[in-house]
Amino acid sequence: MVKFLKREDIPGLLGRLSERFRVYVPVKRAEVVLWRPWREGVEPALEHQGTEPPKAVLFPRSETLLRFGYEGKEVEVEETIEAPPTVIFGSRPCDARGFLIYDQVFLDEGNPDPYYRARREATTIVTVLCLDPERTCFCSTVGGGPLDEEGSDLVLLPLEGGYLAKALTPKGEALLEDGAFVEASKGQLSEAERLRERAKMEPLLKLDGIPERFNESFTSDLWERVSQKCISCGACTFLCPTCYCFNITDERTPEGAERLRNWDACMFYHYTLEASGHNPRPTKAERYRNRIGHKFSYYPSLYEGAFACCGCGRCIKSCPVSLDIREVLRELVSYGK
Amino acid sequence: MASRNPFLPYIATVKEVIEETPTIKTFRVVIDDPAEREAFRFEPGQVAQLSVFGVGEATFVINSPPTRTEYLQFSVMRVGEVTTKLHELQPGDKIGVRGPLGNWFPYEDMKGKDILFIGGGIGMAPLRTLLLFMLDNRSDYGHITLLYGARSPQDLCYKEELKEWEKREDLELVLTVDREFPDWEGRVGLVPNVLKELAPSPEGKVAITCGPPIMIRFTLQALAELGFGDDQIVTTLERRMKCGVGLCGRCNIGPRYVCKDGPVFTLRQLKELPPEL
Repeated sequence: MVKFLKREDIPGLLGRLSERFRVYVPVKRAEVVLWRPWREGVEPALEHQGTEPPKAVLFPRSETLLRFGYEGKEVEVEETIEAPPTVIFGSRPCDARGFLIYDQVFLDEGNPDPYYRARREATTIVTVLCLDPERTCFCSTVGGGPLDEEGSDLVLLPLEGGYLAKALTPKGEALLEDGAFVEASKGQLSEAERLRERAKMEPLLKLDGIPERFNESFTSDLWERVSQKCISCGACTFLCPTCYCFNITDERTPEGAERLRNWDACMFYHYTLEASGHNPRPTKAERYRNRIGHKFSYYPSLYEGAFACCGCGRCIKSCPVSLDIREVLRELVSYGK
Repeated sequence: MASRNPFLPYIATVKEVIEETPTIKTFRVVIDDPAEREAFRFEPGQVAQLSVFGVGEATFVINSPPTRTEYLQFSVMRVGEVTTKLHELQPGDKIGVRGPLGNWFPYEDMKGKDILFIGGGIGMAPLRTLLLFMLDNRSDYGHITLLYGARSPQDLCYKEELKEWEKREDLELVLTVDREFPDWEGRVGLVPNVLKELAPSPEGKVAITCGPPIMIRFTLQALAELGFGDDQIVTTLERRMKCGVGLCGRCNIGPRYVCKDGPVFTLRQLKELPPEL
């Protein structure tokens, strides 16, 4: 089903949606665009890719997994799975693809993560398609594209004065029932077709054989060389829509204690440091190699060749030392040739 | 029915605490809920996460065999934050048990073969599980040898059991310590060196080894020199783990997660993985 959404009707739509859902939108704060709960007067920044992806909505930076209460020697353990109905309004195609990459891991039939699953099922994803990709974008190289609809419930194509809205799932259809979505004119539909043609993006390079090239390069000096300027800050992982490393820790509370899950990053020394002092990935070369290996060799070997990268380019844009994953991929595909 | 939340531990009670060495304690624990206790089925070599509620979790092998169901046994070396708190636990205290996790020793494939256990220090814990399991199914296996070493006599775990095992006709026990000690009657020397002196034939044999990384490295070399093939060598690995179910990412060796796809690997399986031990 296709409808038109006028730009000036968006606040009204978000207001009505927020009566039924937690609504998250990208919001401009100083120089950055971050995801925040929508409230009256907040103007969503829908024009460009956000500084961060909406991943924290489904995979929070910090969440309580369990709550412990004490009564003498007795311990009570409470599960804390919370998943209110939620709308992510204004993601990008790469962001939606990021969640598909999470789904493989967290919705694994043998061992699903009940926290992620509950939130995933309760969430509707509204994506703005990209007519104007950034210089750092390379989604079409890793299986996505600026007009990629996969993983979204509803997609919005920017047009003069608003968006052409297309529902892809029953959740998306349900949103389209709001009065803000009106009949699209013939002119709007043909304009949309013209823009779609224009927005096609050629892949930067072919990644065929990259899992094998990675394995061949494993013990080479390539990793030390490409990671030399890395300062292990972890920005690439925290801004990555497909990175999902986490830590689990206990914290005392006035009532007892909580078990928390927090984002972690494979780029940190402490991530793999064992209590004995042994560390299987002691230098940044090994850690950077693991990050690339996970995305372009290990994950593909587990999930039918899919890369654990959505090509959003945030790791390039936000890296303080300008480490460019595209350069590393270029070097890797031609490794040994 | 929805599957159980993989992050939810069973509440259990510490029944007995045994001081093995100055830094290692063994805990015998029983899951409180009778139905949960009954449902907790595991295989020799599987691990579990132990919780000190409010402090955290750490991974340990279940070192009692599934053939002995009176309690679950874990041996804990005091090294970090969680293990320090675990060492403070007394009989009657509550503890969380999350598991069983991971794979197990391929004991079916070992039937009819001679078995050579090679353990060092706390690395004896997983070997104990399989050894007792085999002793409880003694007729399924051929000759069983245990070569076990530690830095000093007092660093050997399971001292009471070692005395019993020494007396058994159907188990060959070789104990070694790193250097001479008064009243020590066993061998003196590092485990890989003693292994070379023993020079067991690889014929019809499986070697199962666990210990500190440096011991494993030289033991694997010694086994190769003795002619053991990569399929005849089984080891069980340790890694820092948090989730225990292949999600949190840190225990991977290439595409395999030690917590979920391991901890037990044959040397052949390890050689197929990237060299990142």
